[in-house]
Amino acid sequence: MEMAARRLKDNALTIYSILSLVVIAIPLLHIIATTLINGAQSLTPEFFTSLPKPPGEEGGGVANAIQGTAILVALTMLISVPAALLTAIYLSEFPESRLRDLIRLLNDTFMGTPSIVAGVFAYTLLVTKFGFSALAGAFALSVLAVPMMVKTMEEALKLVPTDIREAGLSLGIRHWRVVTSIVLRTAMPAIASGVLLTVARISGETAPLLFTAFGNPNFATGILEPVSALPLMIYVYAISPYPDWHRKAWGASLVLMIAVLTINLITKYKLRRR
Amino acid sequence: MSMKRARGDRVFWLLAFFSSLSVIVMFTLLFYELLSNSVPIWKDGMSFITGMVWDPLKGLFGAFPFIYGTLLTATFAILLSTFLGVGIAIFLSEIAPSSLRVIISSIIELIAAIPSVIIGLWGIFVLAPFVRDNLQPLLQHLSFIPLFSGKTLSGLSMLTAILVLTFMVTPIVAAIAREALLMVPEDLKEALYSLGATRYEVVRHVCIPYARQGIFGGVILGYGRALGETMAVTMVIGNTPSISASILNPGYTMAAVIANEFTEATGDVYLSALIGIALLLLLISLAVNLVGRMIVWKWQQEG
Repeated sequence: MEMAARRLKDNALTIYSILSLVVIAIPLLHIIATTLINGAQSLTPEFFTSLPKPPGEEGGGVANAIQGTAILVALTMLISVPAALLTAIYLSEFPESRLRDLIRLLNDTFMGTPSIVAGVFAYTLLVTKFGFSALAGAFALSVLAVPMMVKTMEEALKLVPTDIREAGLSLGIRHWRVVTSIVLRTAMPAIASGVLLTVARISGETAPLLFTAFGNPNFATGILEPVSALPLMIYVYAISPYPDWHRKAWGASLVLMIAVLTINLITKYKLRRR
Repeated sequence: MSMKRARGDRVFWLLAFFSSLSVIVMFTLLFYELLSNSVPIWKDGMSFITGMVWDPLKGLFGAFPFIYGTLLTATFAILLSTFLGVGIAIFLSEIAPSSLRVIISSIIELIAAIPSVIIGLWGIFVLAPFVRDNLQPLLQHLSFIPLFSGKTLSGLSMLTAILVLTFMVTPIVAAIAREALLMVPEDLKEALYSLGATRYEVVRHVCIPYARQGIFGGVILGYGRALGETMAVTMVIGNTPSISASILNPGYTMAAVIANEFTEATGDVYLSALIGIALLLLLISLAVNLVGRMIVWKWQQEG
């Protein structure tokens, strides 16, 4: 009797854990499958190379959004990789500093910033003065990207054995040379994987771009102009009343999803297994 | 020569130091900007937070419907996610055959990377109709409970938002809970097994107590994520600033109202009300993170 009750509980645990997986796996796999099926139908050469048609007209593509996402991601990385790397170096390579704990705490806190708030911040700081621009969008994305990268980069640097640093210093090599040529080189695969995962993460961000990059039906010719972006376009098209735009939203989603998942896979299998 | 080398170290330190200072500067600037740009709305003090009516045309700016919608959807979602995420983590750490473990957990990690706007798109065209045609008729049998008393024609409702959030947050909770469960020492489990314990008893009396700190960390992280999630929720919640007890009715969240109305906000008070909501959302998210951190820290102190 006692034994039967114990076995029943044991089976209940197995059923609960398998059901949990199934309940979550079905919708998530459905999202991927729907995006694949609906998206594949709109992927024509024109989709990648032409600009959108005016609302309600069929045809056209999302070339401006692809260009915009490329500009935004590049700009964001230009701003945030140097800032994050230097901050991570400060946190891990200058242990005598007193500000470290405060900076680490603020950085961790920053990681909880909702993405829409980053957009509001960029709006009040930049857009009110210079108007909607790719730069304001990249700033908003950097507010999200820097804390993530500081965290992964600091962890990457800390994994480098102290012996290596001491060996370098004992040979009379200067501190900055030890860090740049020995520590950074050793930590490079882990740093690169952190950067790539951040690229994947921010290239799908929509909320910070709504009132910073704003969107642009044409190609952007400078970073002080508004630009479109794939996630921005998916959102606008999804809530529009036009079936053709809905199809385009699925197409853009497929492109974005493939890009994001590919970056994640590369990071997982090429960079981590070293 | 040695002067030059010393200068190199000095420049290096300065660069690193000022980059780190920028973290402090940005943090201060973030609060300063949100506060100084929302001054008009704080003139009436707390009435902005407790105000029940949001009607920009009449100049009424009450933030409570959004606070309510945000807390309600995020809380229901994290409860579901905790239940499901811990189940998945137990499956992946204790029950699944080892060949399946790595594959399934990689897939889950990968799925957590899907941009929220894509999940929102799926929410509009797949989940909302499903809620309207399948879930809603089912739940209407329970309409004597206020939670299920309402109805939408579009399927865009707080329930849809809760489901979307659950799908997004569960992989996060599951991944962190799994890592915590994998840290449980093998010999502790073996000891109990050797006494003839069942898997349930080992999980219940060894794994969960040992890993609760890590699991809780994942839950808090997921809750923060759910509170701040914007796009997927904006696309499926129906965007109606009312305070309804029923999750079958449409609602609105803080992040969603900012996303929807920011570019249309005419007038300083309207804009400052939205920036005030952004400040509140930031404070709530940071408070959740901080409380979680403190509880985890306290557990660590207790050993």
